[in-house]
Amino acid sequence: METAIRIKDLNVFAGKTQILNDINVEIPKNEITVILGPSGCGKTTLLKCMNRLTDLYPELKVSGEILINDKNIFAPGADISKLRQSMGLLSQRPYPLPMTIYNNIAYALKLRGVRGRRKLHLLVMDYLKQANLYEEVRQRLREPASRLSIGQQQRLCLARGLAVNPDIILADEPTSALDPISSRFIDEKFQEIKPHFTIVVVTHVLRQARRIADNVIFMYMGEVVEQGPAKEFFENPREEKTKSYLEGMFN
Amino acid sequence: MYLLNRHQRHVVNYSWMLFSLLIIAFLPFMLFGGLYFKSFLLLKTHTLKDLVFSHSWHPSRGEFGFYPFIVGSVWVTLLAIFISTPICLLTAINVTQYAKKRFLRIMHPVIDILAGIPSVVYGVWGILVIVPFISRYLGPWFGVQTMGYSILAGAFVLSIMIIPFILNIMIEIFRAIPTELKEATLSLGTTKWQMVKHVLLRKALPGIIASVGFGLARAFGETMAVLMVVGNVIKVPHSVFDPGYTLPALIANNYGEVLSIPQYDSALMFAALILLAVSLFFNLLMHFFIARYNKY
Ligand SMILES: Nc1ncnc2c1ncn2[C@@H]1O[C@H](COP(=O)(O)OP(=O)(O)OP(=O)(O)O)[C@@H](O)[C@H]1O
Ligand SMILES: [Mg+2]
Repeated sequence: METAIRIKDLNVFAGKTQILNDINVEIPKNEITVILGPSGCGKTTLLKCMNRLTDLYPELKVSGEILINDKNIFAPGADISKLRQSMGLLSQRPYPLPMTIYNNIAYALKLRGVRGRRKLHLLVMDYLKQANLYEEVRQRLREPASRLSIGQQQRLCLARGLAVNPDIILADEPTSALDPISSRFIDEKFQEIKPHFTIVVVTHVLRQARRIADNVIFMYMGEVVEQGPAKEFFENPREEKTKSYLEGMFN
Repeated sequence: MYLLNRHQRHVVNYSWMLFSLLIIAFLPFMLFGGLYFKSFLLLKTHTLKDLVFSHSWHPSRGEFGFYPFIVGSVWVTLLAIFISTPICLLTAINVTQYAKKRFLRIMHPVIDILAGIPSVVYGVWGILVIVPFISRYLGPWFGVQTMGYSILAGAFVLSIMIIPFILNIMIEIFRAIPTELKEATLSLGTTKWQMVKHVLLRKALPGIIASVGFGLARAFGETMAVLMVVGNVIKVPHSVFDPGYTLPALIANNYGEVLSIPQYDSALMFAALILLAVSLFFNLLMHFFIARYNKY
């Protein structure tokens, strides 16, 4: 089993409060890793460290290492744009770019260097199909993306995230704002594409975790309590905290 | 406990709200109507076309050509907007996207102070600094003889005056853009500048237009500071170094002393009517643009 992301001694502080505490995690390649944990335990922060979106928050002080392809992403001189491009991001709520539906995807393609109208067009159609959106929007490609429904927008964001041609997909509760059908589609999509991607999904929903996880990282109050293969985690948890979480004690 | 029962109170509250709403809704019409009524004396003997496009302003002969004032106002206003808009836009982008948070905390009170300075003070500053600067350096540099009291001086002073207003709105607009949109954009692998250029500016466009429109309306009506530096010569200016005259200055300089000349009073009301019409026009234009670009 190959490791895609290796996190070593990661600490995040916001002023004096510690948000993440000595995180040591290995995320296997081409599998779905689910980050579980009660609200406020630091799941989103951990995810944002991986593509250095923490840089946007000057109040956060990050220390430690995150190795991707054996390169530390926090090393000075690291190409952050390229790093982020190698990771598609799907957030809790969809944020389409203020452009047309077509351009939302074309923009991502252009950023990764695709040139030529015809090539762009074919690829845009392809990604729309991959996100199961093509049939719904093919008549309205030149409309603003904000006119789509939330579920459609999230699928557009999925298409956009795939269009940058990433190796890794980071998803922060990607289905929590969606209807059941769009949710199920996204879950199934992750299953389908995981041979080609390393997928990290944050979720609150145990049921969803059981359904899609190959591996689980369980966090509590800024620390990783337990990590390992999903089957072991759900059937035979080692830690007391994990057991009570699985029994629904935290909710 | 109460004088009225609940239903009665509801009715009173409701009719009171309706009343104030009606007043506010009708205020522009009432203003318009009043000004129109007052300028009627002038409109009876002159065609609108004559008034707006005639160059000759000789009230004692009954000639009222507003063209020099309109041109003066439009030049000063547009120049001021051209100067202040890029400055505000770059500053707003800088303090909201690039500078340390501390910087914005310092900026805010500074902007508020600038906005609160009375316009006479700006006028004095214009006379002491801008006017000599233009006559001694800027004019000669362009090979032009100028007193300094000019359209350009008016525009400079005006642009400084409206910067705090435009800047304040623009900063709010850029601050209101959700961080998540920035995260989504950056996660595609954009640089920060690409994010600003392709996404944030597009997102902020309706607001930017609105802020410029707001500045435009303010600038067009600004009286005192412009009056002090613009020269007040009733002639159509041919370059920005020429002196000019603006509509608000016309009203402010002459109202109350002119009752001996027939129709003069009415002419000043007509100037006010033009001001009102132009600011309404700007307003509508802005709403049109905002509606047009707000779809994203
Ligand atoms: N920029 C920040 N400044 C200060 N505190 C922060 C910042 N970002 C996160 N925190 C704090 O860090 C803790 C973890 O936040 P985080 O968003 O990572 O939690 P989470 O596990 O994703 O929660 P949820 O499940 O509710 O989304 C919270 O207590 C939060 O208040
Ligand atoms: Mg979260």
